[in-house]
Amino acid sequence: MLLRHTSKEVKEREGLTINPAKTCQPIGAMYAALGIHGCLPHSHGSQGCCSYHRSTLTRHYKEPVMAATSSFTEGASVFGGQANLLSAIETIFSVYDPEVIAVHSTCLSETIGDDLQQITKKASDDGKIPEGKYVIYASTPSFVGSHVTGYANMVVGMTEQFAVSTGEKNDKVNIIAGWMEPSDMREIKSLASRLGVKIVLFPDTSDVLDAPQTGKHEFYPKGGITIDELKTVGDSKSSIAVGCITAEPAAVALDKKCKVPFETVDMPIGLSATDRFIMALSKAGGVEVPAELTAERGRLVDVMADMEQYFYGKKVALFGDPDQLMPLTEFLLDLGMVPKHIVSGTPGLRFEKRMKEILERAPGANFKNGPQADMFLMHQWIKNEPVDLLIGNTYGKYIARDEDIPFVRFGFPILDRIGHSYFPNIGYAGSLRLVEKILGVLMDQQDRTALEEKFELVM
Amino acid sequence: MKGKEVMDTQNISLLEGRQKQVYEKTAGAPEGDIACEKTSLSGSVSQRACVFCGSRVVLYPVADAIHIVHGPIGCAAYTWDIRGAVSSGPELHRLSFSSDLQEMDVIYGGEKKLYKSLIELIDQYQPKAAFIYSTCIIGLIGDDIDAVCKKVAKEKGIPVLPVHSEGFKGTKKDGYKAACNALMKLIGQGSTEGISKYSINILGEFNLAGEAWIIREYYEKMGIQVVATMTGDGRIDDIRRSHGASLNVVQCSGSMTTLAKEMEEKYGIPYIRVSYFGFEDMSKSLYDVAQHFPERPDIMEKAKEIVRDEIKQYYPEMQKFKAALTGKKAAIYVGGAFKTFSLIKALRTVGMSVVLAGSQTGNKQDYKNLKEMCDEGTVIVDDSNPVELSKFILEKEADLLIGGVKERPIAFKLGVAFCDHNHERKIPLAGFIGMYYFAKEVYESVMSPVWQFAPRKGGVK
Ligand code: SF4
Ligand code: SF4
Repeated sequence: MLLRHTSKEVKEREGLTINPAKTCQPIGAMYAALGIHGCLPHSHGSQGCCSYHRSTLTRHYKEPVMAATSSFTEGASVFGGQANLLSAIETIFSVYDPEVIAVHSTCLSETIGDDLQQITKKASDDGKIPEGKYVIYASTPSFVGSHVTGYANMVVGMTEQFAVSTGEKNDKVNIIAGWMEPSDMREIKSLASRLGVKIVLFPDTSDVLDAPQTGKHEFYPKGGITIDELKTVGDSKSSIAVGCITAEPAAVALDKKCKVPFETVDMPIGLSATDRFIMALSKAGGVEVPAELTAERGRLVDVMADMEQYFYGKKVALFGDPDQLMPLTEFLLDLGMVPKHIVSGTPGLRFEKRMKEILERAPGANFKNGPQADMFLMHQWIKNEPVDLLIGNTYGKYIARDEDIPFVRFGFPILDRIGHSYFPNIGYAGSLRLVEKILGVLMDQQDRTALEEKFELVM
Repeated sequence: MKGKEVMDTQNISLLEGRQKQVYEKTAGAPEGDIACEKTSLSGSVSQRACVFCGSRVVLYPVADAIHIVHGPIGCAAYTWDIRGAVSSGPELHRLSFSSDLQEMDVIYGGEKKLYKSLIELIDQYQPKAAFIYSTCIIGLIGDDIDAVCKKVAKEKGIPVLPVHSEGFKGTKKDGYKAACNALMKLIGQGSTEGISKYSINILGEFNLAGEAWIIREYYEKMGIQVVATMTGDGRIDDIRRSHGASLNVVQCSGSMTTLAKEMEEKYGIPYIRVSYFGFEDMSKSLYDVAQHFPERPDIMEKAKEIVRDEIKQYYPEMQKFKAALTGKKAAIYVGGAFKTFSLIKALRTVGMSVVLAGSQTGNKQDYKNLKEMCDEGTVIVDDSNPVELSKFILEKEADLLIGGVKERPIAFKLGVAFCDHNHERKIPLAGFIGMYYFAKEVYESVMSPVWQFAPRKGGVK
């Protein structure tokens, strides 16, 4: 359907985004906050934003997503939202009884200049925060950055506002999770335990957004990092930030506040990035990589070798979020594929620079990020130079259908499939799954389009 | 509560200040009105949306116009093609256009950007009109979108309509009004030539999963001309000449009652409110329209014939569903209250009773009617939240929840069947065939074998 509305000629657009490849900050903050146990995210703004964010997360995870709102009206928008937030905090603690409220701002409260730090302090001074309970905050204006920025900001908020340093280090390693799926966070915990490294993972949305059916609607499902654990991250011996855009800012903040040295690695998507992650983890924990993990890696390499002819030279268009695009692009190159068109609505110099480095191996690739780097542009590029495969979130399906391109869903949001939150997308296991998915769609396409005489059992 | 690891919904109290918005119909219950049309309490987990959401919903299906969301990216991103409002022709409405405001725009204003975007878009797509939605932030920074629209309309010679839908300026209902205001500016602009005396406009039907097509066909079979469907499968030219119709038929949701009233005032077109949901209401909506043209008894004859044929066609299957569903209990939580009435009636035809009935935006009269309609023991809620919903679903032992996106996983977590009666549904629920689909969907969900494995109420009876 987009087909006839997409012109082939690419023109510089001045102020217009068509079919965005990003969304706004608060949804990221809301997702990150759900990675704390007993946390109720709170949207400081009007009801609409909160409702949209909850709906989108609900569609992506097929799970109930709770969040409260300050319910701004015209009054609040003129006189400021302090009164709304103060009364919201009281209401929330008395009725929903969370361990912590994680407040994020919206465009609206940002523009009127509400100061979340000052308001939450006032709430505390006025005795509105019960003993042993907490209110944290993050500033998440949507006219800056994108949803991934909001995630990063909330993780910084939880680090800065919870971490304390007792002066005595323990033997744990913090793993600061960039924006990934509950399944990925589960995989990180599994990898660490197989390596024998004691970690503190945060945020951790596993067991929150992939909760089992119990016959109850649990307002605060069992998962998430507890506040007690979160407080100890200042005493950990080091941190690994998984993702330079969504996780590193928190690592920096923690180093500043509690002197916890950190290393940043790419999200472990694909072989090379997973290798680096495992090395970083084994180094930080002072352990050797066990044979079992080496074997798992070997199986991935084996499949990559077995199937190399199917990947080689295939052109790929991909879109998504920075922390995923960087290692994903690298992995495609490692598979012998050719990343051709890449867009990300998320702006950022560091991202741009790193992508340029990675794409040195892919001469002639188109890459654009920030405003106007949208799905419309992606479609135009594809029209001008067709590709063999498209990888990205659900919104890619329009292009895939119009252009009849094999399509692998990867990233956020995925509204029309399941799996992303249940099976890992990272690590050797996740990479193997990605390889399988790519092969699956390529071969399905080949089977579907093969000439009658060339249609064969063994491919 | 304190110190408890897991807070389960069974033990949650009602939100303070919300007691008046919850009512249980019992013998001794006090008479008073249910409080409604209030803004939600700060700090509540409300299922409601905003003004922008309301106007976007109403105008979205106008398919040959461009819809540009003026504001930061989120508002546009979240409303990109999430409603299955289908079009038989152009599909411009399914694209997501945003002025994607950045920090500098917020400081210096976004008018220039909007102007440029509009020009770019109109040049590229040659749409019949453009709708410009102003979101929260635009209201704050004070962009004069009216002036921009005027200027562009003049330069490009098409209607460019501002939709004042700043999210914080009220509720979803105010968004309906804003949308109606924009439509009103189009109505009366086109020629009414060729419009029969026996003609109607269909209002408040959004063609979700093709519903407007079903309805339209019934009326056309009756010999009635449908001038415009507003806004499902909508076309600007039809809307512009819709003042030539003899009657406005407003779909239950009430989102377009404002428009019908205004058209009555300005053009003297009477309106009736109908519902297309359930055999009973669907039949009535055909008869009500036929009755409007008493000088043509053939129209009424035809209506009767349609009702007879259609019901005959679906009756046997419906009996099968009814046999299985009799005695089962349903909970309803939907946007508009009018929809709830139809749902209660429709559920009764398949033998189900309603134990919880609620809406996000009902008014006093709606709730009065609801109270009268409901059985003893039914809980009625206004602007509810997930906690209350779960609480009552469990207490009242519902077998089914009817709601929207955010309610779906709650039902499933509770081990209760679900039916989407919001914009995410993929099958039409309007018309006679729609009632059949509805009963089928409810039947399939309630009878799903998965409930054997999913403990209801955490396994305790
Ligand atoms: S910013 Fe305003 S208009 Fe946009 S979704 Fe939020 S409440 Fe609605
Ligand atoms: S872009 Fe801003 S106003 Fe729109 S939904 Fe996001 S936070 Fe709300």
